[in-house]
Amino acid sequence: MPGLNFFGGFKQAIKQVAEPRVTTEYPKQKRPKPPRLHGRHVLNRYEDGMEKCIGCELCAAVCPADCIYVRGADNPEDAPVSPGERYGFVYEINYLRCIHCDMCVEACPTEAITESKMFEFSFTSRADAIYTKAELLVDDEGRPRRLPWEDWREGEDANTSAWMRATSPAGSAAYEGEVQWSGELGYGVRAPEGGQSNKRDDEATGNISLRETLANKIPSRFGGKVR
Amino acid sequence: MIPTSFAAAISDPLFAKGFGLAVLITILVKVVVAFAVLMVSVMLMIWFERKVISDMQNRIGPNRAGPFGLLQTLADGTKLFFKEDLLPERADRLVFRLAPYFSVIPAFLIFTVVPVGGVVTIAGHVVELQVADPPIGILVVLALSSLAVYGTMLAGWSSGSKYPLLGSVRASAQMISYEAVLGLTVVVVVLEAHGLSTRAIVDSQASAFWHWNVIRLGVIPFVLFFIASTAELNRPPFDLSEGESELGGGYHTEYSSIRFALFFLAEFMNTVTMSAVVVTLFFGGPDGPGFHVVRWLWPILWFAGKTVVFCYIQVWIRAALPRLRYDQLMDLGWKRLIPLALAWLLIVAGFVWSLAWGFAIIGGCIVAGLMLAQSMKVARLRRDELSLAGERGEGGDVVPALGSAERVGG
Repeated sequence: MPGLNFFGGFKQAIKQVAEPRVTTEYPKQKRPKPPRLHGRHVLNRYEDGMEKCIGCELCAAVCPADCIYVRGADNPEDAPVSPGERYGFVYEINYLRCIHCDMCVEACPTEAITESKMFEFSFTSRADAIYTKAELLVDDEGRPRRLPWEDWREGEDANTSAWMRATSPAGSAAYEGEVQWSGELGYGVRAPEGGQSNKRDDEATGNISLRETLANKIPSRFGGKVR
Repeated sequence: MIPTSFAAAISDPLFAKGFGLAVLITILVKVVVAFAVLMVSVMLMIWFERKVISDMQNRIGPNRAGPFGLLQTLADGTKLFFKEDLLPERADRLVFRLAPYFSVIPAFLIFTVVPVGGVVTIAGHVVELQVADPPIGILVVLALSSLAVYGTMLAGWSSGSKYPLLGSVRASAQMISYEAVLGLTVVVVVLEAHGLSTRAIVDSQASAFWHWNVIRLGVIPFVLFFIASTAELNRPPFDLSEGESELGGGYHTEYSSIRFALFFLAEFMNTVTMSAVVVTLFFGGPDGPGFHVVRWLWPILWFAGKTVVFCYIQVWIRAALPRLRYDQLMDLGWKRLIPLALAWLLIVAGFVWSLAWGFAIIGGCIVAGLMLAQSMKVARLRRDELSLAGERGEGGDVVPALGSAERVGG
């Protein structure tokens, strides 16, 4: 007989009132972001404050959205900007074009360009959308610069190069978990992120396991929080 | 009866001492207060609906404008007000502009006859806490709710577009069918209350909750009225006229800006007023235990509390039930609700006349129901035979498609 379980829907609906919410009060409260998230770029510096960018333009060449513009120049001999011969004296990224694919990060031979986890930014003019070296380069503590139209939260600026450290920059599985990168201003040589090997230090890398992130969606009998 | 004077024609005791400046001011104050309260209650109702339904869907709901998102409606209204007001090229301009008011004005006016409180005496004048108390109060409610059909119908027709037209055709058919149920259940109430005035209906239920019509008349008229009023308002699960998945918004597809806002205002205002009417008809209106401190306030609180409960139930229904198919809607209205309402009306009428008549009519209704069931069973068997014959190619000019389609779908 149809309609026998007519009140089942009502019961189900009223039961949900006591259940935990799946959404958050977004701008007030944010979910923790995965460390490898592709956000807006930063230009890194060595521990001694030298810039890592050597102006090789590989990032601009590889960019599928054609959003990076780099000009290299010879280092001034009395005050070199980067170790080596040349440095990037113009570095611009147009965020109206960028698709955050991280190809530039992969292409970079010196780990100069990496992506932070910050994606919550908007502009009111096209000029603001073009980030120059003044905005992209990390400050003297090695932190990304917080621009007025960007929504940074405490702790979000810590992991700016996690994607690169997820596997080795060599791209070879054999080197997974091996440190193959230089130190960063303010942080030193960062620990490798836990991959499939046991060489992992989740606290140092800020890595959150998928199981933990999705705990609200996994039934308790599989280790989650759903009753 | 020919009224001997103006005062006698109107049952409102406010006019007992004639019509003076004090009476005029009282009326004006009542109108303004009712208007303000209704506007604020609509604002809160939209917020309430969005919050409750998000509770039932594990969401948080509006939370940005004002504390707990209370001012969200105000923000939405302001936004809609400043949007571009589009007038479709093929629209009937005058009717298109007029239609939203056909929706809004009845929604406002229904509330005027709802008694929101008891009777107070201000400076020697007896004032009923309702805007107007016409001797035909409940008929005004029915008339205005029928008038609201025109808003929907004309909006869809004048848009000059097919989806709005389909939506309005559905809406008019639906509202007219469910109006019958609405009317029949109101007649049951009127039989018991011996009067059409809403004040009389409320007074007849006063003093104790077992005098409330919901208990006195059996639960059936209340349930029927509640279902029919939900359908009358085009609220889910009866919101076929604006079925987003099929009609892209229904009768108000072509509307934008403040005209669209007016339709929404009317919809939510109707939710509040229909809850108020349900409370008036079946739950004693402002009736409830009062206390000696601020004696006039308690009935108002009781009325508001009961209305909020019914608003909550409306939202709950929306969260729990999927939208009906059109034939299911018509089946429910014509084959179930109307016969049941008619039978219940006859039974109550019989018991009002005498006990013997009551039981006789119950018997009659049972016999009639069994006969109806048997005839429908025979018809169904016959239809199946015909459709089977049609499938075998023996049916001649009988078209089997309807029967077989219904068997698959139903």
